[in-house]
Amino acid sequence: MIVPLEHLLILSTTLFFLGLVCVLVRRNLIMILIGVEVMLNAVGLTLVGASSFWQQLDGQIMVIFLMAMTSAEVSISLAMVVYLNRRKQSIDIRSFDEMRG
Amino acid sequence: MSATLMFYILGAIAVIATLLAITRRNPVHAVIYLVNSFFALALLFYLLGAPLVAAWEVIIYAGAIMVLFLFIIMMLELAPGGETDRYGPNWVKWVPILLLAGALGACTLLLTSLDPTTADGVPRWYASPRDFGYALFKEYALAVEIVSFQLLFAAVGAFYVGKPESKRKGRGGEA
Repeated sequence: MIVPLEHLLILSTTLFFLGLVCVLVRRNLIMILIGVEVMLNAVGLTLVGASSFWQQLDGQIMVIFLMAMTSAEVSISLAMVVYLNRRKQSIDIRSFDEMRG
Repeated sequence: MSATLMFYILGAIAVIATLLAITRRNPVHAVIYLVNSFFALALLFYLLGAPLVAAWEVIIYAGAIMVLFLFIIMMLELAPGGETDRYGPNWVKWVPILLLAGALGACTLLLTSLDPTTADGVPRWYASPRDFGYALFKEYALAVEIVSFQLLFAAVGAFYVGKPESKRKGRGGEA
């Protein structure tokens, strides 16, 4: 391990909270998805760091599953963005605050 | 240059690039900064003994997913237009991204001269792709199958959601 585990956790927590702030503050659907990506990458950094700390492979394998999950999530959510944009001609989340009912 | 120092430099690059990415108004700029952040993370993964994960970070995240984002942004014309570069490009706006990319390139070059041993003389631990493949396809074979199903469902779901509503069939209710 090249650095103390605490420093790595501080770095990944910082990245995670940057992504969380992006999800909570931005009103553009694309920017919200970008925030989700940042959060998932921060989690991946934690997993690789834990794998390096205990010198076990399992953390890195978890990152591979995380990447597969992310690509599935991104493909569906970008298709949703296309669908929502077709319905309201906008990707501002304030246009989607009503139910059809 | 030690690996420890490089870890802090790359961590700073990742945080700065992410900070710039989430504050951009133009989504295309955000995606470009995010690619920088992912490259820094890939180098961090390499330093932490995960060369294969580092390669996949570049291929999948910085390559495939970010290109998908750019594709959707351009397909839906979401980037704000209007600012024409009639008098040539505005170089001041290029300074942060060029600085970040230059620092990343310098770090990549410095990685080749990095001492492969730790302070006490033993070689640093790292997961070779061979060990990785054995662990992935022996211990985690069932999980690999489940993930392949998940990707198939995602493809079907994306195809269904992306279709125009008038062409959807086989679904109860008004749709």
